[in-house]
Amino acid sequence: MLQAEDTVPDTRSAPKLRAEHLGVVYDRDGQLLPVLEDINLDVQNGEFVCLVGPSGCGKSTLLNAMAGFLSPTSGSVSIDGEIVMGPDPRRILVFQERGVFPWLTVEGNIGFGLSKLSRAERTQRIAHYVKTVRLEGFENSYPSDLSGGMKQRLQVARALAVNPDILFLDEPFGALDSITRVIMRGELLRIWQTERRTIFFVTHDIDEAVQLADRVVVLSSRPAQIKDILTIDLPHPRNISSSRYLELRDELLKQIGLAYEI
Amino acid sequence: MKLFERFRPVLLIAVLLAIWETAIAFHPGSILPGPIGVAGGILDLLQHGLLLKYVVASLFRVTWGFALAAFVAIPLGLALGWYRRGEMAFYPLVQIFRPISPLAWIPIAILWFGVGDLAAIFLIFVGCFFPLLLTAMNAVHNIPAVYINAGRNFGLSPSAFVSRILYPAVIPQLLVGLRITLGVAWLVVVAAEMISVNSGLGFLIVDARNAGNRYDLVVAGMVIIGFIGLLLDLGMRSIEQVKSFRWINSEG
Amino acid sequence: MSSLAQPRAWERFFWPVVAAALLLAIWHFSVVWTATKVFPSPLSVEKGIAELASKHVLWADIVDSLRRVAIGFGLAVIIGIPFGLWLGWIPAANQTVNPLIQLLRPISPIAWIPVAIIFFGVGDHAAIFLIFLGALFPILVACVSGVSSVPPIFRNAGRNFGLSKSQLLARVVFPAALPQILIGARIALGIAWLVVVAAEMIAVDSGLGYLVIDSRNSGKRYDLVVAAMLIIGIIGLALDFGFRRMEKVKSVRWGFRNAS
Repeated sequence: MLQAEDTVPDTRSAPKLRAEHLGVVYDRDGQLLPVLEDINLDVQNGEFVCLVGPSGCGKSTLLNAMAGFLSPTSGSVSIDGEIVMGPDPRRILVFQERGVFPWLTVEGNIGFGLSKLSRAERTQRIAHYVKTVRLEGFENSYPSDLSGGMKQRLQVARALAVNPDILFLDEPFGALDSITRVIMRGELLRIWQTERRTIFFVTHDIDEAVQLADRVVVLSSRPAQIKDILTIDLPHPRNISSSRYLELRDELLKQIGLAYEI
Repeated sequence: MKLFERFRPVLLIAVLLAIWETAIAFHPGSILPGPIGVAGGILDLLQHGLLLKYVVASLFRVTWGFALAAFVAIPLGLALGWYRRGEMAFYPLVQIFRPISPLAWIPIAILWFGVGDLAAIFLIFVGCFFPLLLTAMNAVHNIPAVYINAGRNFGLSPSAFVSRILYPAVIPQLLVGLRITLGVAWLVVVAAEMISVNSGLGFLIVDARNAGNRYDLVVAGMVIIGFIGLLLDLGMRSIEQVKSFRWINSEG
Repeated sequence: MSSLAQPRAWERFFWPVVAAALLLAIWHFSVVWTATKVFPSPLSVEKGIAELASKHVLWADIVDSLRRVAIGFGLAVIIGIPFGLWLGWIPAANQTVNPLIQLLRPISPIAWIPVAIIFFGVGDHAAIFLIFLGALFPILVACVSGVSSVPPIFRNAGRNFGLSKSQLLARVVFPAALPQILIGARIALGIAWLVVVAAEMIAVDSGLGYLVIDSRNSGKRYDLVVAAMLIIGIIGLALDFGFRRMEKVKSVRWGFRNAS
């Protein structure tokens, strides 16, 4: 059943993340540029939500606002009921590329946010996440020795190590080649299913969205509003040749196409 | 807010000058002058027509030494940068000569050119030659391979290649190197004049001190050196900003 | 990039030797043909080096020069890096102080000699002060530019992990800026080496610079002059080389596109 889901809050449990009448207006040399307009969105705990939309429509802006790197011009974002005021280790953002610290080893990067832990805990946690993202053997390597995919895995490990409530990912696989991308999607799903985090994932790749997400939010072009929210009711592992998958994919494509017309 | 921002550096300098003046006021017998004494020194130089004369002398030497070094070092450096074997041959030699302070060449300079302008120009030449050589060599190395391949692909003749690919590609880096080396030349000329000639701003500093401890003139000389050096630097930067040279900043 | 085939490994040693031999030959023959009485031939320079080496004066001079550089450069690093980092970190501070720096920077350290002598007298301290001045500015400039060119993504990631401002500076900004700071420090070391020789020619009476001028003044020993110059060049090269080894350390190496 294809239906745009209303933004009526799910009354089973309070949403993990809620954006209410969120708006962001940029000031470019005196000219006001509305980028986001009246975004209302709920994300449930443990959900995997994807955000798609035309290039430059404001996906990254929305992500930055939700992660606390940008103050909204109007409206608010709250996580666990608390309004987001700034960046916080409880909500880590994974960038598209060059996010890892090149002067630290793999271990150094993963342990970056763990300085408050005891040495034993720290070592243990680092080892755990090295294993989770399958970078064993590279603990003492520097990012310059790693491939693009490995660097992204490292970023994810570093993010997970601090036990965040929400993981934000900004087109994390965009700079990788298509084969690596497919592998990385599988990895991310595996990690998500084991760790059961809430994930908010921005992408421009429609297949990626349909393969990964529980729900897909479609953003219109600037000034961006939520055009539609699609529920992907396919169980994992998803068969990308099934007719249901293709249906959903087509529907999403249509929505994006319509989004281009605004 | 903007106005205060622009004013702040001036404020800082004014405060420092005030501290300096008060410190001198507390030491009446001090040889070192305060800012007011220095200003008087500058006026003194202006009145005697020495200011212009010395500035011109220093600039004259810098211009000649720098220009000669550029004319020799840049084409040579570009050629060496291009022909790897040439670079292999001369790189170690250059690396040994570069750390030798131009002033250490003074005995040889005087031996070859006697005391005077030529010796000073030679010192500036030496001080500029090696940095410019290296700059040119590096500039060639940093030409993106895609440009070279494109040039080859389109079958350009060697001279067309140099004028249409090589030259535009190296100009931005050369300009930066030229600006930095001009700064070096300015440092060298002052030092050279303190030792081996009898005009110019460097000479002013030694002479003012030797002939009567005129430290007001000494510091006046330093201030003028600072100003002119700054002007030279700003002048070169504005050349770098010329539109047709700015393409390097638009590259990703 | 040359139009010929790729040079082989052995050529890396072959060509420099050829060039050096060529230079020595030209040198030798021009001395012989002009029958100059004063300018030394390569052989006499070689003998000169041996002579200096046997006299303990040479080693004392080398140590003196290196010591002054070490102290002057060391001071410039200890003072310049924190100051430079602060300027880079607080744009308002940089905007206020930078014009003053730009005014002072073009004044050759040598021009400071009379003033230095007033404050420190003739001798070591004055020379060290001059070296400090010469080395300070490249370090300041490198720190400011290093800090301001740290990609915002690193700062954002640091803030994301809950770092305070001072932690951000120490754990993200400083390591990220370190490659550039090292380049500035290496340049500063080169300048320090130039300044010490110049300072020793004018304001002190020991060290390699003094050796150069003294060899000429007391006896027109141009063979010793050139010998001293070569030694200056080699030590300066060694200093530069040693510093570049530091740039190869893995935790900084990422910041250098290609070792040149």
